Amino acid sequence: MKKKYDIVIIGGGPAGLAAAISAYDHGVQDVLILEREENLGGILNQCIHNGFGLTRFKESLTGPEYAWRFIDGVRERKIETLVSTTVLSVSRDKQVTAINERDGVFTIQAKAIVLAMGCRERSKGALNVAGTRPAGLYSAGTAQKYVNMKGYLPGQKVVILGSGDIGLIMARRMTLEGAKVLAVCEIMPFSSGLKRNIAQCLDDFNIPLYLNHTITKIEGKERVTGVVISKVDENKRPIVGTQRYIECDTVLFSVGLIPENELTKSAGVPLSLKTKGAIVYQNRETLIDGIFACGNVLQVHDLVDFVSEEAETAGVGAAEYVLYGNREKDVIDCKNGQNVSYVLPQKIDRNQKGIVKLYFRVTNTFKNCVIKLKSGEKVLTERKKRIAVPGEMESFLLTEELLAAVNGEIELSLEC
Amino acid sequence: MYDVLVIGGGVVGGLILRELTKYRLRVALVEKEDDVSMGQSRANSGIVHAGYDAAVGTLKAKFNLIGNRMMPSLAKDLGVKYVNNGSLVVAFSKEEIETLYELKSRGEQNGVAGLQVIDRTELLKLEPNISEEAVGALLAPTGGIVCPYELTIASIGNAMDNGAELFCGFDVCGIERAQDGFTVQSVSGQEIQAKVLINCAGIGGGKIASLLGDSIIVKGRRGQYILLDRESGDLVKHTLFFTPTKKGKGILVSPTVDGNIILGPTAEEIEDDNVETTSIGLENVTAGAKKMCKNVPLYNTITSFAGTRAYTDKHDFILEESEASPNAIHCLGIESPGLTASPAIAKYVVEELVSKHFELVKNEDFQPIRKPDYFFKNLSLEEKNEMIQKDPSYGKIVCRCEQITEGEIVRAVRENPPARNIDAVKRRTRAGMGRCQGGFCQPYVAELIARELQIPLEQVTKSGGESYLLRGKTK
Repeated sequence: MKKKYDIVIIGGGPAGLAAAISAYDHGVQDVLILEREENLGGILNQCIHNGFGLTRFKESLTGPEYAWRFIDGVRERKIETLVSTTVLSVSRDKQVTAINERDGVFTIQAKAIVLAMGCRERSKGALNVAGTRPAGLYSAGTAQKYVNMKGYLPGQKVVILGSGDIGLIMARRMTLEGAKVLAVCEIMPFSSGLKRNIAQCLDDFNIPLYLNHTITKIEGKERVTGVVISKVDENKRPIVGTQRYIECDTVLFSVGLIPENELTKSAGVPLSLKTKGAIVYQNRETLIDGIFACGNVLQVHDLVDFVSEEAETAGVGAAEYVLYGNREKDVIDCKNGQNVSYVLPQKIDRNQKGIVKLYFRVTNTFKNCVIKLKSGEKVLTERKKRIAVPGEMESFLLTEELLAAVNGEIELSLEC
Repeated sequence: MYDVLVIGGGVVGGLILRELTKYRLRVALVEKEDDVSMGQSRANSGIVHAGYDAAVGTLKAKFNLIGNRMMPSLAKDLGVKYVNNGSLVVAFSKEEIETLYELKSRGEQNGVAGLQVIDRTELLKLEPNISEEAVGALLAPTGGIVCPYELTIASIGNAMDNGAELFCGFDVCGIERAQDGFTVQSVSGQEIQAKVLINCAGIGGGKIASLLGDSIIVKGRRGQYILLDRESGDLVKHTLFFTPTKKGKGILVSPTVDGNIILGPTAEEIEDDNVETTSIGLENVTAGAKKMCKNVPLYNTITSFAGTRAYTDKHDFILEESEASPNAIHCLGIESPGLTASPAIAKYVVEELVSKHFELVKNEDFQPIRKPDYFFKNLSLEEKNEMIQKDPSYGKIVCRCEQITEGEIVRAVRENPPARNIDAVKRRTRAGMGRCQGGFCQPYVAELIARELQIPLEQVTKSGGESYLLRGKTK
């Protein structure tokens, strides 16, 4: 097998596929996609519900349909792919070590690397929920895999902890499969899921959503027999006297997604504590030259449409790196200010042309507020915002003229 | 008719079983759960104690020291990870420093080598993350760590490879005594006959003793733990203990042999083998850890769990023949440092107690080495590729967090003692033991178990009994 490629893309999900296509179309055809599963498409393969592609294609596709548009694009271009292949490590000098059944353990030298490994679900174990550890405790994505990919129902009476999108989707999916979803508990005073999912997955099926509630105990020795749920105070501490027992045989956890950056760390790429992904420039290059990151491994997106968009940016960045080499940068640091949990990219290189789209998330639900972009004390620009919620990623466009006026760093904040 | 039947598949029963296979004896072990190492040996701190804790002259003191010395080579033979990381008993006041000197003196009387009281400056060099409040420590260089379930599984596996038989799901409910031995009955109606019985039933040991006509009360103490991601594995290098008080040893902070950090245990009296965690218990664990170390990365918690420790009011090991039933031997009250002492206990029980009933003839075919090394990821590149060439399933990563291959999972189901459920595979291979806690690999592992055992996927359990993963097919 070939041991050298211009660009190696780690992950054949939506991010990896879009990055490969855009790198190819930008003039670098020697591209290899490495995918650990048997099929390309990543997590989209198990997302058989619709609603994908509304932004990008102006139509509602299922996950596999959305993935197929990109898989077709990869096939048409004859971009090389290696499936059932797990990457074990990535080095700073862009060597990728991987393993599969046919080739064993092997190393590939790349000129540029695009990290597109996606994210994983935060596990039940991370929550320190009191009680037993019986069968019937699943992360929402694992349950989705059993139902949609394997054709098995994990349980019949379900309580869901966390109102992330996968949890909401699974509330509907389990209901359609004949299970009874008794409650969705959310520890925060708001859901982190999309508004449309609350309406379509819970409200339409009369599934109660309990905000400011959490599971305080899991019961059952072999299989789950029930949970105790409690209301929480503003510090997320359970309020004594509000406990309620719910009999169930299954608990699904939809308590957050974590970018899966083990390989990123193996390459020594600096990460942001806020996004748990790499620190990047606007072309999605990390702080190690020639290593790029995009999609949910970089920041957890709400919509796959934005993953594709970001991956295309990274693909172009990687292609330019291969074609023109490392170029000098004129760097501005981007900081998150008041009421903003993170901004991305964290660094802007003024030598790269074009408008920069600054993504950010807010820390809480805010109404009638103003987004302000400042450099030092000086307000560069501002925009009114009627409502902002943590569950929906926001963006702000920065023009070249605006960036030209910046001295050193910018800060994005939300003022009410 | 077996010569010897061991009741209880924990580390003590397992190592006794293995010790028995060194001689020409027909031996078996019964375990009430669907897998071995399901009680006390499933969830404990995994510490190889140096031996300064136990009172001078006790069995605990004696077997702790011998076990500590036996552990490195035993672990090597069984392919079990052991690390001689050293222990530190940390003092937070002048009074506690006094206690450290008492411990040191006690340890020296027990025969422990290399004990040394160090000051804060020295301590800080060894453990940069130690609390600002810590004033000194007792360094025990012979302290170590081992994985309790790995040791148990490997010893039973090695014993089986050497001819011992294992009966899981055998919950003893009756023992009939006869002239030349016993008939042991299980809840499910099975019967096994043996000339000599060894009661290693841990927290269930009191029940077995009463079936034999003896009255030994075995009580349980629950310990809750929190496990941190390998990413935080450099928090501490040594096993850190608080200076013991009248209330006990308190919470420890230690690396594990797999590179995680373990925090715990609590000590709560319990009625049965209840292994629930509680919010108060887990809060006590985190409070203890935060008192011991700065910057405890609790955000890197992977899981929390609880285990039981069996003890008797004697507070020393009970290693003796039954009063009421000649030909039965009790190994009970094996509380801390039981794991450390277990190899020495096994040797003693077989050489000094079983030997009274049989003339021990050496089994020339005994093979002490357990092969193969269970962890593919620790092999060299050449060894890995050689294995993949022979069996391509070693080229397929199933558990991405711990990088465990399909080949290892299949081997765990096929080899002694065979894994029959998700948790059993997890304990043998570490698949599902990592940061995603099986979120990605569980469906694959379940399919491999179903394939290997030739059962439908709905029949696969998390940990035996009725712990089925699934509730049927979708519409």
